[in-house]
Amino acid sequence: MSFTLADLPYAHDALQPYMSKETLEYHHDKHHLAYVNNGNNLVKGTEWEGKSLEDVVKGSFGKNAGLFNNAGQHYNHMHFWNWMKPNGGGAIPGKLEAKIITDLGSVEKMKEDFIQAGITQFGSGWAWIALKNGKLEIMKSANGESPLVMGATPILGCDVWEHSYYIDYRNRRPDYLKAFIDHLVNWEYVDQLFEKAAV
Amino acid sequence: MASHMTRRTALGSAVALGFAASSLGLTGKADAQAKTDMPAKANAQPPTVFTLPPLPYAFDALQPHIDAKTMELHHGKHHQAFINNLNTAAAEYPGLLNKPIQDILKDLASLPEAVRMLARNNLGGHANHSMYWQIMGKPGTKPDSEISAIIERDFGGLEKLQTAFNTAAAKVFGSGWAFVTVSSDGKLAIEARPNQDSPLMDGKRVLFGNDVWEHAYYLNYQNRRPDYLKSWWNVLNWDKVSERYKQAKAGTLVI
Ligand SMILES: [Fe+2]
Ligand SMILES: [Fe+2]
Repeated sequence: MSFTLADLPYAHDALQPYMSKETLEYHHDKHHLAYVNNGNNLVKGTEWEGKSLEDVVKGSFGKNAGLFNNAGQHYNHMHFWNWMKPNGGGAIPGKLEAKIITDLGSVEKMKEDFIQAGITQFGSGWAWIALKNGKLEIMKSANGESPLVMGATPILGCDVWEHSYYIDYRNRRPDYLKAFIDHLVNWEYVDQLFEKAAV
Repeated sequence: MASHMTRRTALGSAVALGFAASSLGLTGKADAQAKTDMPAKANAQPPTVFTLPPLPYAFDALQPHIDAKTMELHHGKHHQAFINNLNTAAAEYPGLLNKPIQDILKDLASLPEAVRMLARNNLGGHANHSMYWQIMGKPGTKPDSEISAIIERDFGGLEKLQTAFNTAAAKVFGSGWAFVTVSSDGKLAIEARPNQDSPLMDGKRVLFGNDVWEHAYYLNYQNRRPDYLKSWWNVLNWDKVSERYKQAKAGTLVI
């Protein structure tokens, strides 16, 4: 199974003013496409050719850095586009909200800790909410890594590579993270992943 | 021209001293104050003060290869953030960062765990960026005969060095740096590091290096890192490279 780049689930300008058309044009059409193309080239002839994306990501971790980086970023970005929507960041579906309160303290605390994880990820990487051993956890990871390679299942992630926010926020990563959690998160998609992971 | 020289010289001497406090006498002044103001604590070390070294040229001096806005943010925000973090840490852990930068970086393992990562990231970032501003300048300088001969010897020529260096820099996945290191006997080598790590952390010396964090090029080049890498050679200040090469061989090159 080769990797393919899906269209954005909304127009390139749909997330303005929190994420610009220009950012999404570069981020989706150039950066993500490069991960897909590199991933396809690098998987050829390896033991992971034809495996599912998640199996490639988990299997190549620590064994084939080039393939892992690109497959990992393909996985992360594929979800990232769906983790956002126009007019996002609203109410959290009830069961998920209850789980957040139980495991992460409160919705406010979850947001604060998620933002903090993104700020303290030094260099490029991601901030996460993931389900690990039945509990939600805030996590962070470097470069193309994700909770998938930390024994957990990601249900929300925010890209804190500078390419994700430099055009719109310059060096102000905290402002970007706050806009993401308050105005962009598609909690219905997060809930779907949560339901699937909780089974 | 005169003020230009003064700024250059001031930056040069601070770097030559290798002290974290980047302007002349800052450390000494703090020592004197400690003696007069705090006689009861004769052993108390004043916190080191880190300052942002001034850019040795205007923000727009590197255009069109690096734009003025990028330089302004890179120097005034990104590098300043490392300085701010270091000053917070220096106040919180007095004494720990009171040594020449290269000595701390060479021996990060000896720092308490609470400060180690902080020093690695922020002192590494401070050293890397201080070097980066220095080794760039107005387009137009050329390698002199000495450095040309060394490049020929170690890489087979300037074009080969550029290709190998750009390849190493393009391969850094995520944020990081590519460096040309120089040994005490003058041998050059290409090395890459993630984030703000530096060959100084292995006790090596850096002849020059290029920042491949996206903030270094995103406004001008976006996803096209290879274009930035190619263009960057136009603003490498070969006069400074020669000066650093001589310092490396004399054992006086610090960061
Ligand atoms: Fe990204
Ligand atoms: Fe930088």
